[in-house]
Amino acid sequence: MKLKATLENYALVAPAVLIFSIFYIIPFFSVLQLGFYDWDGILPTKIFVGWSNFKEIFSDRIWWQSLWQSGYITIIALTFQNILAFLLAWACDREIRMKNFYRLIFFIPPVLSEVVVGLVWQWILNGNYGILNSWLVHFGHPDLVRNWLSDPNTALTTVAIVHCWKGFGWGFLLFLAGLQTIPRELYEAARVDGANAWESFKNVTAPLMIPVVVMVGILTILGTMQVFVLIYTMTGGGPGYHTEVPVLRILASMRGSSRFGYACAQGITFGVILCAISFVQYLVSKKARN
Amino acid sequence: MISSLEKRVQRRIFSLLFLAFTILVAGCSGKVDSSKEINVWHWMTDREPAFKELAKRYEAKTGIKVNFDLYAPSDAYSQKVRAAAQGSNLPDIFGILGEKRDFSSFVKAGYVLDLSPYMLEDSSKWKNSFFEKALALNEFKEGNSYGVIPGIYGVPIDIMTIQMVYNKSLFKQLGLNPNRAPQTFEEFLQIGEKIKAAKMQGLVSGWGEVWMIDCLANNYAFNIMGKDKVLATIRGEVPYTDPDWIKVLSLFRDMSNSGVLASGVVTMVNKTAEQLFANEKAVFAFNGSWCVNVYKEMNPKLEYGAFLPPRVSDKHPMAIWGGAGSSFMVNARSKNKEEAVKFLRWLTEAPQQAYLAEQTNNLPANKECVNRIPEVLSNFARAMDSATHPSVWGVSEFSPVIEAFDKGIQSIIIGEKTPEQIAAEVQKIKERELARKKK
Repeated sequence: MKLKATLENYALVAPAVLIFSIFYIIPFFSVLQLGFYDWDGILPTKIFVGWSNFKEIFSDRIWWQSLWQSGYITIIALTFQNILAFLLAWACDREIRMKNFYRLIFFIPPVLSEVVVGLVWQWILNGNYGILNSWLVHFGHPDLVRNWLSDPNTALTTVAIVHCWKGFGWGFLLFLAGLQTIPRELYEAARVDGANAWESFKNVTAPLMIPVVVMVGILTILGTMQVFVLIYTMTGGGPGYHTEVPVLRILASMRGSSRFGYACAQGITFGVILCAISFVQYLVSKKARN
Repeated sequence: MISSLEKRVQRRIFSLLFLAFTILVAGCSGKVDSSKEINVWHWMTDREPAFKELAKRYEAKTGIKVNFDLYAPSDAYSQKVRAAAQGSNLPDIFGILGEKRDFSSFVKAGYVLDLSPYMLEDSSKWKNSFFEKALALNEFKEGNSYGVIPGIYGVPIDIMTIQMVYNKSLFKQLGLNPNRAPQTFEEFLQIGEKIKAAKMQGLVSGWGEVWMIDCLANNYAFNIMGKDKVLATIRGEVPYTDPDWIKVLSLFRDMSNSGVLASGVVTMVNKTAEQLFANEKAVFAFNGSWCVNVYKEMNPKLEYGAFLPPRVSDKHPMAIWGGAGSSFMVNARSKNKEEAVKFLRWLTEAPQQAYLAEQTNNLPANKECVNRIPEVLSNFARAMDSATHPSVWGVSEFSPVIEAFDKGIQSIIIGEKTPEQIAAEVQKIKERELARKKK
């Protein structure tokens, strides 16, 4: 009877385990295995090359440049995007008019398709016919007019800002949810004790929002380091290599060079880097909470 | 009572899960048993309605149903075909996107049927119906560097050439003769000065997708140093630091300085370039013959002409990229391969090719129906004499070298690096790749 029950239990979880294995575990180990092979993605024969793909990554200047560039976009997202998201959430948490309307508006960019956002911003930022340059001329700043996406001095920051515009809504939503969980009585007690708005923020809001800030931070890092579609649509990684990011490089190795083994090695390296960043952030946040 | 109910619920859950799992597994197999059906996979969104209509006509004629399955965009299609090949799930007819090296891998893996015996039947009747250069892209000759058994492995559906187009109305506004395109590079640069003075936009192209930069650079390489030297460079016998290659790279700096390039061209995708040219916001475009259909849809009143890129040198002829636009291959492991070959033979006969050309404004691969196409298209077709393509060179450059070369040209255009710097960087990568190949 007990054996039957055990078998039944196993039978019930078996489909889920099987599906999980087929779609997650087996591909994961296949990628891991392919990282040690030279394979063009078509021929059935794969040549074992040992650590050579991983060694090549260390001397691949463009790969490390792309990693630094996604790091730069992440820093802008962590600061500019999240501060904006927090301020807007804080404003919408207060008793202001039409706050539901603002909540809706701020959450529109994240739900739009990245391809659509990329193409729309490409038109806004177009050097010849873009709205941004027209406005700059209209408001008396023709000296600021430039080709935002083709100028190596502005291309990366421009795509970073568009990425922030696209992504701040998620942070806004999470921050707003966090702010709404803070009991109102705490603010009332602070007011009774003579605290002004800044002191209430410093002593009530900020400490209670740390877990949310940490979570938004981790999600921002993981999401931004893997940014791809937006950049692919807006600049394709150009001009030159100025907006290349790791996922674009992996795609270039796979599709451009037909080097699936090297692309898998890049993917594994990138995954390890992301895990390391998340782990460090987890340790830092744990220390901050303590 | 409760225990019996629990058991019944458990049994039902188990049955449902088993059913779902069976459906999933069956769905994953992806094989369709269809002896009277031919399955075709393609990526050509613009040709889908015409293909469907032709499939209907074929079914009416032979009783064999042809299913055209569209998978777009082309990137997704390309990955789907590779994945299907790995899983032995390729359809009866499919197309291969990518470089000749990828095509050769499919052939070597035994996924593509050698069509030579069919092509050579009846004194090569089928083979002779095609433009020679269109067929060359699908052919592997004796002693090819890919190690493929010689043969014809694909059927060209249409052909294409990539060259320059100019807007006749904007030419008039610039005080130029609208019926005379620039013939020399000097003339081209002088027009650039006029474009800059008139605050217009010059040449637009999808140079953000880089392969089109590679195409124009190779056109000029052929014109400046000739085919033999270009191929010698690919074989590693001539360095990219050779003065002729620096001259090729310098042309892009000259174009950028003269104002003949539209601003932002380095990150422009071809769709944007096509919109700008069709909306008369750019004087020149560098585009493939497929643009005729695109421009017609965007602006039917657009007046434009096609011309070869203006030559730099008279020493060697200007060569443009061209040949088979899209090709279909027959799955060598398909049960329906004989039927598939018959269908492709029918599809490339003159009446069907003329219908395709009429409906899609693509150049027909069958040379017998070239007289039935519109004038602008025939401009493109005439340029077939100057056409070449990396796929027919017999040697192919390493992808990292191509990438460094094309991205380097972007850097030259934006004034970030000099042609000499880029030549040195490309040569360094070339040497690294040659060393890697030797290992």
